[in-house]
Amino acid sequence: MSLKKISKEQPSDFEFSKKNLEEARKIIKNYPEGKQQSAVMPLLYLAQKQNDNWIPLVAMKYIAKFLKMPYIKVYEVATFYSMFNLSPVGKYFLQICTTTPCMIRGAYDIVNVCKEKISDKEKQLSKDKICSWMEVECLGACINAPMMQINDDYYEDLDRDKTEKIINQILNGEKLIPGSYRGRKNSEPENNRKTLLNIKNA
Amino acid sequence: MLKDEDRIFTNLYNDLGPDILSAQKRGDWVNTNEIIKKGKEWIINEIKSSELRGRGGAGFPTGLKWSFAPKEVGSRPHYLVINADESEPGTCKDRDILRFEPHKLIEGCLLAAYAVNANKCYIYIRGEYFNEGNKLQKAINEAYEKKLIGINACNSGWDFDIYIHYGAGAYICGEETALLESLEGKKGQPRLKPPFPALIGLYGCPTIINNVETIAVVPTILRKGAKWFASIGKQKNTGTKIYCISGNVNNPCNVEEEMGIPLKELIEKHAGGVIGGWENLQAVIPGGSSMPLLPKKICETIKMDFDSLVEHKSGLGTAGIVVINKDQDIIKCMARIARFYKHESCGQCTPCREGAGWMWRMLERMAKGEASRDEVDMLMDVTKQIEGHTICAFGEGSAWPVQGLLRHFKKEVAKRNNFNPLVNTNKNIPYLVDQHLLEK
Repeated sequence: MSLKKISKEQPSDFEFSKKNLEEARKIIKNYPEGKQQSAVMPLLYLAQKQNDNWIPLVAMKYIAKFLKMPYIKVYEVATFYSMFNLSPVGKYFLQICTTTPCMIRGAYDIVNVCKEKISDKEKQLSKDKICSWMEVECLGACINAPMMQINDDYYEDLDRDKTEKIINQILNGEKLIPGSYRGRKNSEPENNRKTLLNIKNA
Repeated sequence: MLKDEDRIFTNLYNDLGPDILSAQKRGDWVNTNEIIKKGKEWIINEIKSSELRGRGGAGFPTGLKWSFAPKEVGSRPHYLVINADESEPGTCKDRDILRFEPHKLIEGCLLAAYAVNANKCYIYIRGEYFNEGNKLQKAINEAYEKKLIGINACNSGWDFDIYIHYGAGAYICGEETALLESLEGKKGQPRLKPPFPALIGLYGCPTIINNVETIAVVPTILRKGAKWFASIGKQKNTGTKIYCISGNVNNPCNVEEEMGIPLKELIEKHAGGVIGGWENLQAVIPGGSSMPLLPKKICETIKMDFDSLVEHKSGLGTAGIVVINKDQDIIKCMARIARFYKHESCGQCTPCREGAGWMWRMLERMAKGEASRDEVDMLMDVTKQIEGHTICAFGEGSAWPVQGLLRHFKKEVAKRNNFNPLVNTNKNIPYLVDQHLLEK
């Protein structure tokens, strides 16, 4: 079980922006009438997106009221799932997969780069408060190992130097390019494809 | 090797584009309403005789599962739920289906939903697959526009809606009843079975839950016929399967191959061989991290299908093959997997919640050679206390990899950890002290 730290500094109020309010009402309609509790996860995502990628306690109370469910039930969900951040993270949030398939292809090299360039410890903001990183469990891109996720995008087929380059780009405010960093096409065997060659060459 | 014309996922590497026009060129959505007109009974029987087994890990016959749904809709509506919460370490096949073959999945959803009398389908995607979810949503919108789904889907008279629901980073939500809890807006802790979801599932209604790959192969089976599908592979292990080959190989990749293909062929031919050559192979995890590893000797001859792997006390699982060569420390690899299970245990059952952490801590010490001789057997005992004593199969999933390690690499573990326990040499230590906490 993962343990989560809830931020000591909490804003005093929260409500959905007009756009998100509309979006939230739309989401509730995806579920049968009276089952609006199902929308708690999508709404927590909305709140997280609106609030710089973390969810304050007031937002949970707001969502509880919005969905007519007890606050503690929202709290329970928010603390159970690892993707809900309950304290501030960097504008660029790097999640490095270190589970075995990534580990044996050098995921800890990437972790070391993050330690050097961002912060000694995970879940700590960098000096300029723009970045933070953490180790996560399998992100489901094992054949593109080692890899990391920055905000919503996957960065694949990395190594020490490539990671260093990416982090430098972040620190310099340059645009990042997601995808494979060895230039390979999606999940095909690099330079060794034996299947569907007619289609490839068509 | 499987012939190209027998491959189902022809856009696995996105040579052709995932959009609806390209998909229709590949044969998706062609005459879907003719298939529907053949009737529910026909669809279920066809899937039954194709001997398709669930691709999510357990390998339960799909046609049989569908036939458990009540034949008539009573006071409660039926639901179809697609499990796209792919989180098993070593597995990344559903991701490619979601982003490159979304129309195979959507069409499969329609056909499956029709067969089990469901008008609504929820696709539960893991939260990290945000981009993949967007691509799927785009494909769903295309299908709505073309009236392939929605009211009177494909002109068949059947109304059908699909909704995407994102998870949020909990491995346990890949367990079907935990997934339902999560869909209902609760924390994802598995339910006791029975009642099975086919009778009491989502919101207490009859619910059929299938893996992405299982549903995505359905349209092709119904088009090309059950006989064609059953002719690939071998009896009870029919059809094609997407294998994910990761770890210490030269060309890690996803590849669709027939069931029962030799593991060595997969690694040597498609993945470009083990780094350092076949002789450098140490072990292979054949079906995602939950399945016990196989040593090199078994890897020489093993075939990749459900039954062959069970004979060798492992399993096909999700067909996520993790190759580990001799440059890696096998105990460390398994310790990292144990850490995964410690992190992902939902905390509902004590044996799993406590045992997963216990196994991880012991393995970490064993990797450093800090465990005593007795603890090697104690570790085996812990796995036995977890296995079979939990609500869901997570208990087995966390215990089996450790058992696999002890089954095939016990000598190495024992060699590194062979000192006498402290209590034997120092009589002053109270018996119930965690020995690793004592100063050395």
